[in-house]
Amino acid sequence: MAKMTKEEVIEVAHLARLAITDEEAEHFADQLEAITNAMELLNELDTENVEPTTHVLQMVNVLREDKSIPGLDRELMLKNVKEHEGGQVKVPTILE
Amino acid sequence: MNFETIIGLEVHVELKTESKMFSPAPAHFGAEPNTNTNVIDLGYPGVLPVVNKTAVDWAMKAALALNCQITRHTKFDRKNYFYPDNPKAYQISQFDQPIGEHGWIEIEVKGEKKRIGITRLHMEEDAGKLTHTGNGHSLVDFNRQGTPLIEIVSEPDIRTADEAYAYLEKIKAIIQYTGVSDVRMEEGSLRCDANISLRPFGQDEFGTKTELKNLNSFNFVRKGIEHEQIRQEQVLLSGGIIEQETRRYDESTGKTLLMRIKEGSDDYRYFPEPDLVDIVIDDEWLERVRAEIPELPDARKARYVTELGMSSYDAMVLTLAKPISDFFEATVAAGADAKLASNWLMGEVSAYLNAEQKELEDTALTPEGLAGMIKLITDGTISSKIAKKVFKELIEKGGDANDIVKAKGLVQISDENTLREFVTAALDNNPQSIEDFKNGKDRAIGFLVGQIMKQTKGQANPPLLNKILLAEIAKR
Repeated sequence: MAKMTKEEVIEVAHLARLAITDEEAEHFADQLEAITNAMELLNELDTENVEPTTHVLQMVNVLREDKSIPGLDRELMLKNVKEHEGGQVKVPTILE
Repeated sequence: MNFETIIGLEVHVELKTESKMFSPAPAHFGAEPNTNTNVIDLGYPGVLPVVNKTAVDWAMKAALALNCQITRHTKFDRKNYFYPDNPKAYQISQFDQPIGEHGWIEIEVKGEKKRIGITRLHMEEDAGKLTHTGNGHSLVDFNRQGTPLIEIVSEPDIRTADEAYAYLEKIKAIIQYTGVSDVRMEEGSLRCDANISLRPFGQDEFGTKTELKNLNSFNFVRKGIEHEQIRQEQVLLSGGIIEQETRRYDESTGKTLLMRIKEGSDDYRYFPEPDLVDIVIDDEWLERVRAEIPELPDARKARYVTELGMSSYDAMVLTLAKPISDFFEATVAAGADAKLASNWLMGEVSAYLNAEQKELEDTALTPEGLAGMIKLITDGTISSKIAKKVFKELIEKGGDANDIVKAKGLVQISDENTLREFVTAALDNNPQSIEDFKNGKDRAIGFLVGQIMKQTKGQANPPLLNKILLAEIAKR
């Protein structure tokens, strides 16, 4: 049975930029452990001759022709933006 | 040097499709900020990306041209990260089933040929462009968001900065020949990161590597690698250890500076992209794309050597950039001598383009114009020296070499009697030079030729002038 630690939950939450408290981390660790344990059951199946599933749909090659349509109206697009300057979106500087 | 340098390069190439990778927004460089956006690329709720077929064709074309094996069952994956250049908070990329794998190209450094492996070539989408203003905020232009990209990852087969340079030149040339990208580093349609590590000679395992970013020209790649090599060597020799970190090349100091230390491997939590179904490439599709690949630089180079008798080096230089090579072929087809055409293109034309910072297609020079001028040289109408004047006119204003020569009165003087008159006058005016010549000073001839060239405005046929001058001076 897989063990899910509080630290793992905190790490995953950080990667998803979710703010959680210590209590929540513990709570979720228990819940996620139950879920992963349930998933472990699937490992008991023999999948030797089963192709890995990368998509639930059986379709392949859904493609479009390379045709363009004009971009969004900039004024409209910038209405969804908190701050902008000279047609560009203004964000706090985050250096990699 | 006690260490061997191990270099791997990651090259990103933007495909010049009309629309984006997963949306119908226009994918063009140079538009007003945020005018080429689309709800799909911006990740609005409820949108569904659809793959651009031409982008897949072209990625496959590039992969084949780089001798990759094509993955017949390929798919897209979601790479999760938070950064303001990408409003979706994930990039659609390819993780474990890239479209191309196990490729290679051949490079040549100082006459030595070497094969460099290509680990993989995968498709993905570009991110927006961030401009850091320096006062706490940055400006984002999402025009580039969603532009089709291919990432080409080399094997760690590169050992020197010169090999890295040659590898990049070759990748650029091959991609340019396939026609799927403009491969212009200054416009960001070709970008490069370098991974560098050192290990003592004879050791099998690799040392810790650093990743070098902000390499905005092939020269900076070369300089950045050279500097990073020395820096790592100094750290190791003084007993230090190399940290796994990202460094940036600083153009003003020529040094590499620390950007960030990588703690463990980046955790992008890749998973198969649920919004896109898999792509299955059958033989028919593969062969159709393969048939579209034109003659590549190596094949063209070999042809220039065998068919035109060009030296291997000249053929290499001439085939490095497709526009130049195409221009050369058209010039020869228009009747020009191949050797002269190649000399002019690699000499005067390339010097002009460098000096003016122009591309060949932005000048007035046409293959017919250049061929016309070369024909005038070969039939003796103008000398090579006069040709330079004609050339300047042709590349700046265009037109026909014949007309220029006539309009400017540049026709070479090849009439023996006319030339003899100039020679006689020069000899009469310079008795001292005759004396000097008789006393064994060969330079006197050079002086006299100079005087006559001055009189004829450089139009005297040089070999003929020499012949007549020697004959006449012998008579004195």
